[in-house]
Amino acid sequence: MKPITDLIKDLADQHGRDRHNLLPILQGVVEQEKYLSEYSMIEIARELDLPATEVYGTATFYSFLEYTKMGKNVIRICKTITCSMKGEKQILLAIEDMLKIKVGETTPDGKFSLLQTNCLGFCHKAPAMLINNEVYTELTPEKVREILTEYLNQTNEGGPNVN
Amino acid sequence: MSTSYQLKRADFIFKNENDWEDVLRKSISRPPNELINELISSELKGRGGAGFPTGLKWKVTSEEVNDVKYVICNADEGEPGTFKDREILSRVPFKVLTAIAICGHVIGARTGYIYLRGEYFFLQNELNKAINEFEYYCKEIKFDFKIKIFMGSGAYICGEETALFESMEGKRGEPRNKPPYPSSFGYMGKPTVINNVETLAHTYTIFKYGSKRFYDLGVQYSRGSKLFSVSGDTPKPGIYELELGMSLADFVEEFGDDDTKAVQVGGASGFLVPRKRFAETNIGFQGKLVGISLPTGGSMMLFNSSRSMFNVLDNYLNFFAEESCGQCTPCRVGCQQLLKGIKAVKRGEKNAQYLDKMLKLAETMQFTAKCGLGQSVGNSFSSIVENFREEMIY
Repeated sequence: MKPITDLIKDLADQHGRDRHNLLPILQGVVEQEKYLSEYSMIEIARELDLPATEVYGTATFYSFLEYTKMGKNVIRICKTITCSMKGEKQILLAIEDMLKIKVGETTPDGKFSLLQTNCLGFCHKAPAMLINNEVYTELTPEKVREILTEYLNQTNEGGPNVN
Repeated sequence: MSTSYQLKRADFIFKNENDWEDVLRKSISRPPNELINELISSELKGRGGAGFPTGLKWKVTSEEVNDVKYVICNADEGEPGTFKDREILSRVPFKVLTAIAICGHVIGARTGYIYLRGEYFFLQNELNKAINEFEYYCKEIKFDFKIKIFMGSGAYICGEETALFESMEGKRGEPRNKPPYPSSFGYMGKPTVINNVETLAHTYTIFKYGSKRFYDLGVQYSRGSKLFSVSGDTPKPGIYELELGMSLADFVEEFGDDDTKAVQVGGASGFLVPRKRFAETNIGFQGKLVGISLPTGGSMMLFNSSRSMFNVLDNYLNFFAEESCGQCTPCRVGCQQLLKGIKAVKRGEKNAQYLDKMLKLAETMQFTAKCGLGQSVGNSFSSIVENFREEMIY
């Protein structure tokens, strides 16, 4: 994994240093780091020659650009109407029970963060959730436990966790 | 509940046609005016929900004098209950890419963008592959056109066209004042055509088969077919292409579970229609002489009698309160007050007359909010509170 300053420099080289390149750069940092720290926002501002407040203002507008520390895998459960009708609460309870965290929290080992989100566009296959960029639909408590177990095994085999 | 109109299936959008190269080559050899007239006589209206005549949009933008213009495909599909655009982009991407390029030919743009919502990140790779193949062919026939994907990052409001421009320019996705309209001042201040994914897919059909084929579908003022995203309490959720103008009663007969209490037409920003109004409600654009016509971006959510309409409204208002960009006061404060208000009435902290006060607030929002989000909160709020008042109180 690249040090954050190198990452920002590379992203700026790739996308450009104009204001309209800001969003792809923010997204690139979130893809690696899972969130935007104050430090990275200041670095982005420096690299693009923008006021840091502008970067902060833009970043905090978008719900997928987190600005608090996130775990390695970010779980986003859809809570909009159809999913909530089709058992989103049970899914949420199953995850909370398995990972021992509540919505908005991160597991102590930094492997998972649990969030709620608005309509994912899978209402015909509700309930749905995202883990990072992967979509899972027609969830049941059993299914969600299986999926999380897979992620747990993966991260055990993988390299060091994001800290 | 007998009406003369039955549900008519159509099959254009997802029909597997491997002829996009032909359609592209033939279309860009026709003069722009001819293509615009084709669109205008098809009476295609925007399929994102607002229903602006597509031909007119292209015409106005084509008349602007500017060296740089843009075509943008709006794939920020965020309306609760809508999922058709994702399906179009994953199943028939070349139809959309071809339509974007033809639009570029018509208005004189050399760059097209697809604004893809962050939730659909997983589509990006496949779509980029399609774009590469598409651009390769464009080069072969010496047609200078580029298409790029711009990823959103989870903001419903960015589906509003001017908020989408702001977002693409690297700013907060806050809607602009209109006028100026995108046709003269869009992305980067340049004349821009911005169309919904489905609208573009329909233009492909029109350019391929001619406007008559499209015009012959549907009813007066609501021509053509439309994709419907059906979800909620239905035995067959999914995406269906139907002719416009059907009665809601026929729709419920086909998709309901024999216990349908209400249908939300047009997502959270649309209207809730109770059972007693099914027969007199038609799905299409306003302008019909008899009955009520409801436009829709395609979201049809069915609720059966086990559902509490209070919970439904509570869910919608939570959605709006979170997704409001916070720029204008009527929307920022209004959404939160409506949400607080219905909870207070439910708990008995406010009496039932408070609901009438809130209906007035919703009406005020309709007139004073800056963009479609704040203006349409009143649609679902009023239609739910007026039709299910007891459920709000007890």
